[in-house]
Amino acid sequence: MAPEAPAAEARPVQARAEAPRPLTRFIRWDVIVTALLIVVFAGGALGTSDFATSDNLAFALDDLSEIALIALPMTLLVVAAEVDLSVASVLGLCSALFGALWDAGWAIETIVPLLLVVGAVAGLVNGLLVTRLGLPSLAVTIGTLTLYRGLAYVVLGTKAVAQFPQNYADMATKTVPGTPIPYPFALFILLAIVTAIVLHATGLGRALFAIGAQEEAAFFAGIRVKRIKLLLFVVSGIVASFAGAVYTLRYGSARADNGLGLELAVIASVLLGGVDFDGGKGTLGGVVAGVLLIGLLRNLLMLRDVATEIQSIVTGLLLIVSVLTPRIAAKVRETRRHHRANPSASS
Amino acid sequence: MAAVTADAGGRRLVDTVLRARELSILAALIVLVVVTTAVNSSFLSSQGIKDIFLNASILALLAVGQTMVVVTRNIDLSVGSVVGLVAFASGKFVAGHDRNVLLVLLVGMAIGAVCGLVNGVLVSFFKVPALVVTLGTLYVIQGLDYYWAHGQQINAADVPASLLDLGNGSVAGIPYLPLITVVVMLAVGHYLRSYPSGREFYAIGSNPDAARLAGIAIRKRILTAYLVSGVLAGLAGVLWLARFGTVVADAAHGWELRVVAAVVVGGVAIVGGLGSVYGAALGALLLTTIGSVLVVLKVNSFWQDAIAGLLLLLAISVDRLLGLRVTRALRKRNARHGA
Amino acid sequence: MSESPPILALASVSKAFGAVRALQDVSLELRGGEIHALAGENGAGKSTLVKILAGVHRPDEGGVLLDGRPHEFHGPGDAQHAGVAVIYQEPTLFPDLSVAENIFMGRQPRARFGRIDRRALRAETAKLFERLGVALDPDRPARGLSIADQQLVEIAKAISRDARVLIMDEPTAALSGNEVARLFAVARTLQEQGCALLFISHRLEEIFDLCQRVTTLRDGRYISTEELDGLTPDDLVQRMVGRELDTLYPKQETTPGETVLKVSRLTREGVFTDVSFEVRAGEIVALAGLVGAGRSEVARAIFGVDRYDAGGVEVAAAKLPAGSPTAAMSAGIALVPEDRRQQGLVMDGSIERNIGLTQLRSLRRGPIISRKVERDRAADWAIRLQLKYARLSDTVGVLSGGNQQKVVLAKWLSTDPSVLIVDEPTRGIDVGTKAEVHRLLSELAGQGLAVLMISSDLPEVLGMADRVLVMHEGRLAAEIPRAEATEETVMAAATGRTRQEAA
Repeated sequence: MAPEAPAAEARPVQARAEAPRPLTRFIRWDVIVTALLIVVFAGGALGTSDFATSDNLAFALDDLSEIALIALPMTLLVVAAEVDLSVASVLGLCSALFGALWDAGWAIETIVPLLLVVGAVAGLVNGLLVTRLGLPSLAVTIGTLTLYRGLAYVVLGTKAVAQFPQNYADMATKTVPGTPIPYPFALFILLAIVTAIVLHATGLGRALFAIGAQEEAAFFAGIRVKRIKLLLFVVSGIVASFAGAVYTLRYGSARADNGLGLELAVIASVLLGGVDFDGGKGTLGGVVAGVLLIGLLRNLLMLRDVATEIQSIVTGLLLIVSVLTPRIAAKVRETRRHHRANPSASS
Repeated sequence: MAAVTADAGGRRLVDTVLRARELSILAALIVLVVVTTAVNSSFLSSQGIKDIFLNASILALLAVGQTMVVVTRNIDLSVGSVVGLVAFASGKFVAGHDRNVLLVLLVGMAIGAVCGLVNGVLVSFFKVPALVVTLGTLYVIQGLDYYWAHGQQINAADVPASLLDLGNGSVAGIPYLPLITVVVMLAVGHYLRSYPSGREFYAIGSNPDAARLAGIAIRKRILTAYLVSGVLAGLAGVLWLARFGTVVADAAHGWELRVVAAVVVGGVAIVGGLGSVYGAALGALLLTTIGSVLVVLKVNSFWQDAIAGLLLLLAISVDRLLGLRVTRALRKRNARHGA
Repeated sequence: MSESPPILALASVSKAFGAVRALQDVSLELRGGEIHALAGENGAGKSTLVKILAGVHRPDEGGVLLDGRPHEFHGPGDAQHAGVAVIYQEPTLFPDLSVAENIFMGRQPRARFGRIDRRALRAETAKLFERLGVALDPDRPARGLSIADQQLVEIAKAISRDARVLIMDEPTAALSGNEVARLFAVARTLQEQGCALLFISHRLEEIFDLCQRVTTLRDGRYISTEELDGLTPDDLVQRMVGRELDTLYPKQETTPGETVLKVSRLTREGVFTDVSFEVRAGEIVALAGLVGAGRSEVARAIFGVDRYDAGGVEVAAAKLPAGSPTAAMSAGIALVPEDRRQQGLVMDGSIERNIGLTQLRSLRRGPIISRKVERDRAADWAIRLQLKYARLSDTVGVLSGGNQQKVVLAKWLSTDPSVLIVDEPTRGIDVGTKAEVHRLLSELAGQGLAVLMISSDLPEVLGMADRVLVMHEGRLAAEIPRAEATEETVMAAATGRTRQEAA
């Protein structure tokens, strides 16, 4: 009944030289988001007269400063398959501290470095709980989110501290001469370039992708997984504390509830930029595009007098779409490959 | 023979650790109450106790729903926004009409069910990370709520007396609210523990791959978990209206994190597979009691959030350390008695 | 043999995963009242075949026949309803649930109102354990069970289903002789009751002991189905391997040099105890033993991914700090791990990035990684190891198992190690690549590399090793020089028989 199968090995011949890369490599999420960004910008410029003015753009970019800054370390964390939900609370805590210390007569030159230290400690707590105890960062940072925000209230209560010196307020709101780019956003551009280099062109970046995609394999390859993660959480805390200072000066008001819920906007921009929430995939260019897209959309909706509530809906939908689309696309690809592999299967 | 005693020992160890969780929360509660009463005797007045239970009811109800989701290794962050939406929607629904209480409850739960269904479909059918999906729906539901409310609020005067009575009245001295919560908790707890399909929620969270091989209908169960969480959030929304009468759009804003904190403090493992609704409800009671204690002890009430956060961190850290210790103990035990 | 149609059969089934063709045109018939063996080397496609029978995978071509009629399983649940029970190679338990719940998940005995009857659940589990001769408490959680106990729970789960078809994918790998005997007794009872059984094992004597017919696979292709009566073990090996063993194990003779790796009294409580040995330059030392004997764990401890409680590791007479893979790497150790997909490779990463991952420092020009150096180095290794690929930027996930293993080897050889630890170096790869890997290991040893090879593949151990260390239940049970190493001496030590004789 069973004939002897031929023993000859008919292995498929594979190309010796590098095969050409297919054009479909351009169909990537970060490219799509960038294209979308251009469309939104063009549409906004054509459809809304107030949009493409240098004043409005400066305002829109300044309004994005904190989200944009925090999104940078968040990108590194999410690529490494971790997340820091406590960033907005660190921002709030530092804003409250800023106000309390300013109220107590401290100089801003001493306050800001101190805030950075506080941010580093806040990040260190997150990082130690995640790396030493091996707890999921999601649970840890939900805990510290509540804790740090609570401490912000302990520091300042429901008070608001205002009256910061004008020269510092200017640094947070004035634009770089000759451009519509506010100073905080200029700093973001600088840091984005640094982060892009770190992520895409250094050993640390390679390690981050490996950790996010397959942590065990990264560990087996001699990568100091825990140390790297700890570093990321500390950096995230420092950047969030700096964003707290920027936020306080920009609004000229220190409050415990400053930046409430901001973490969601940050994560939405990172995911919208095509970073995979499960880690191991993403580009910094995509995140920059994601940040700008959310910022410009909000600005456009505001200019068109669309209620702020709708903006929240748009952000939420974008967040869902940004994680849903790649998965549906993968499913479609899978089915198509399956069909290509055996066209007879459908019969 | 040796192996049998070793296994019994291992089980005792694990059992103690698990029961210790619910017991230690109870102990913490008792210590808290005793100390507070010693400082201020009015704390243990019947009104004081009633207030705590009334305040804990809604949080505990949400914690019960959240437990079902977390046990399957997922999370539902949208519950706070669902409570807000339903509280406002049912307020609109009753304003100026004398609606039947049961009808209001059904409408509220139906809205919650729709929200839960959306979450469930996205998570179970599209396999999108639960955190991200429910963060997204949180935004959307909150946005819808705010857009609809547009600064309006529901006033107690608009709410029919029968509904307000549900929130503040009592039967045989026991207020309705905790009664409802306890009934729901017992029902869900019994289902999860004693029904074959209930056990499957734990199986899914414990080892999803094994659950697939065992032929468990994973999608259906996860969908159910979100549906229940949504329905209970809807119920909580109506109860919110009944209890407070006055509702603004951002009712229960930020509650999703309090609920997660209650669940985790109550011993439900955030990675799934472990924990009970009873623990979760106790966690909710503990968090609420701490809030009341701070007021009574005249501690700055701003400490409340900070303490909730600390408790959550403490709970997951202790769980983790105990878990590591149990694993190590079991490993050594296995070794001593031969594999 | 009855003339009724086979209970479960595969007809010309093919299955591919990406570029890897796991099965091509394979047929198999499982008849009632017969124990059928499935033979084949690692990577021959046995596990894929099992998963198709179990409804986990659906065949790309061909189909499943149930009682002679075409039938499609839409999932593992379907197959279970059709009466197919499977004992998987790797246990699939729910760690948080009790042993009894694990066994009866989805089929718990019911009391009134559809509730679980816990007393009956416990009693039935106890009855099953009695039948299998297992001393386990039905109420303890599955977390923390040893691999052997987990496998016993799996067996209890499968036989509790009263299945018409029982598939056993290497159920005996972690079991002791006593437990195996009991399992076989249960299998024979089921056979007498008219069940169809499929048995997979690497131990040929078990196949000859238990089964009536055998189907052989090689490289995912069907080779033959025949009666075991009148077949010799050598015949079977010939069918599985398809060529003379000599060409598969091209071992060069070498003269060992200095001691490079020295492991002394290494102990990790509950895992392995008092393990001491040396590996010299130019030597291939095999670490043999049953699954779960602690071999991989020793390798992990040496390399620093796991900690150890006592003892020490020296490389070239310098003590190695515990628990640091980075330190182990800079001391010159390389570890090709057991689990290629989880530990060896970043499956979503490209070939070049995977190869570069172990030496990120040396790829740098200033602080920036040089793409050119990265690519050139990868291309260089790809040629040296005859890697078959389309583009270096392709993810390693699209490569065949053998080529994936070559990427892992490239990744570690490029660190220029003095000690190479390979854990199951040829598991799941085709025969052609297997011979290439063996030739490579032999050459490397010839060039003075100290090689520690963990393998469950006995012919591989005997064919490649200069010395064989055998572990049994966490201890070194024997050290056997190449001249004296035979299948019998190694297996005797691995199953603990030598120790008992000595005692």
